[in-house]
Amino acid sequence: MRLKGKAWKYGDNVDTDVIIPGKYLRTSDFKTFGEHAMEGLDPSFKPAAGDIIVAGKNFGCGSSREQAPLALKYAGISCVVARSFARIFFRNAINVGLPIVETDVYDAVQKGDVVEVDLDEGKVIAGGREFGSTRLPGFLQDILSAGGLVAYRRSKR
Amino acid sequence: MGTITEEILGRASGKKACAGEFVIARVDYAMSHDGTSVLAVKAFKDMQVDKVWDPGRIIIPFDHLVPANNETTALLQKELREWASSQKISHLYDVGEGICHQVMAENGFALPGKVLVGADSHSCTYGAFGAFGTGVGATDMAEVYASGKLWFKVPETIKVTVGGRTSKGVTPKDVALRIIKGIKTDGAAYKALEFYGPAIEEMSMAGRMTLCNMAIEMGAKAGIVPPDAKTETYLKGIAAEPYEPVHANDAHYCDEYHFDSGMSPQVACPIDVDNVHDVEEVEGTHVDQVLIGSCTNGRYEDLEAAARVLKGKKVKCRTLIIPASRRVMLEAVNSGVAAALLSAGATLCNAGCGPCLGGHMGVLAQGEACMSTTNRNFKGRMGKGADVYLGSPLTAAATALEGKIADPRRYL
Repeated sequence: MRLKGKAWKYGDNVDTDVIIPGKYLRTSDFKTFGEHAMEGLDPSFKPAAGDIIVAGKNFGCGSSREQAPLALKYAGISCVVARSFARIFFRNAINVGLPIVETDVYDAVQKGDVVEVDLDEGKVIAGGREFGSTRLPGFLQDILSAGGLVAYRRSKR
Repeated sequence: MGTITEEILGRASGKKACAGEFVIARVDYAMSHDGTSVLAVKAFKDMQVDKVWDPGRIIIPFDHLVPANNETTALLQKELREWASSQKISHLYDVGEGICHQVMAENGFALPGKVLVGADSHSCTYGAFGAFGTGVGATDMAEVYASGKLWFKVPETIKVTVGGRTSKGVTPKDVALRIIKGIKTDGAAYKALEFYGPAIEEMSMAGRMTLCNMAIEMGAKAGIVPPDAKTETYLKGIAAEPYEPVHANDAHYCDEYHFDSGMSPQVACPIDVDNVHDVEEVEGTHVDQVLIGSCTNGRYEDLEAAARVLKGKKVKCRTLIIPASRRVMLEAVNSGVAAALLSAGATLCNAGCGPCLGGHMGVLAQGEACMSTTNRNFKGRMGKGADVYLGSPLTAAATALEGKIADPRRYL
């Protein structure tokens, strides 16, 4: 899977309370989450479909709310590239089919730059440079390719 | 041989589990609350599985928005009750029974050597009992509902030793905040923590729950205290099933930290949990509200500590007391602690998560500040544009008396 989009850049410790504030959690309408994505941190956040978030370390720390990766996905974000992820967010992102890449492109990217991600090769191209990353184990790549754990499970039946 | 986590995950997966390996582990108990069950049940239905793997091993406490704050919440809760009933899940703890992690402890589900997953990040609390407890999201929970199993990457473990004895006015919450200051908010990401030393052995089960509860604030997958005689005493007569304690055995630790419990009361200032200061440094900071409660500090010991400070005096700002469970509340009522708190001008709310996550019941206005015994002080968590300071029940109670952050040692 290859992805390409404009970068939205954020720092370290972007927590799930700013990705989707607690007051918006009580619904199962995923579009609502997308409408309020990143509201706690950046009111100007209005990504075009396919845009990519570039962030520092510990992205998605805090609560276990799966609404956080859902909010980013339904806001149009195609991938999050960060120095590191909080572990529950990491699992949740894969489970809802939001691609994530752990690599350090932070200093090479400005907001609005075009970033390319090759998930199969575990590569990110940004600022004219290529960055490697640790590839996900096969079964996690399969879940991601299926579009998430629910779809993956159904495909195995 | 291995760390407590390696030993437990090895037993649960039926193979040797060394740090870095992927295992599929059998889950002993799965917990999801009114907040996270909504998406978990949706994902479970989308998986097109008819029946949950074992209705007796799924626990559903209602705590996040209780009693329901509006029609939408009420409807979602109604649907959840109906689904649980249709799946024959009898361990449903409805409005007023308590916060999920307290309910899990009081009813003997958090047991040494067991694997517990919760659709709540603070499920690491179960480590206080020597269990491997970890938080997962809704779709992972749906997978557990369906199969009773989940994949884990076996984490490396950091050994944390806390020496010395805590002095007057210093509680397990202060020790936890001091550890977070040292390890930092992502210092234990993808890793487990094991806690050792005289200060840990001295802690009550309530104190150990406070400590392990906050392991996630360092990014940890689990935070575990080795089970001992205190664990056995707590569990006597309430354990939901037999259990076998697990201890580290010739373990390799990826890192070690040493702390001394000789310290001042600690306060975490906005907007990171590792932004921790001695209370002397922040004394005098104005607050509009004090909150004593939550899965971190809503137990009887915490309410009793607050009452020790507040008894016979009057609070100077809005003070919310939110017990962690019905049992905690009953104990406080029967012992006179509740009367002391109410007489001091505090408001006693029903058991639940309250405003900790900015949901309802004490949410803050822009520009306001709260001294809270909860676990997160992230930007806007308890209300957009509001500040949250984290401290112990003693520090929170002293702060309530002055309307500004205060050193509890003056009141003890």
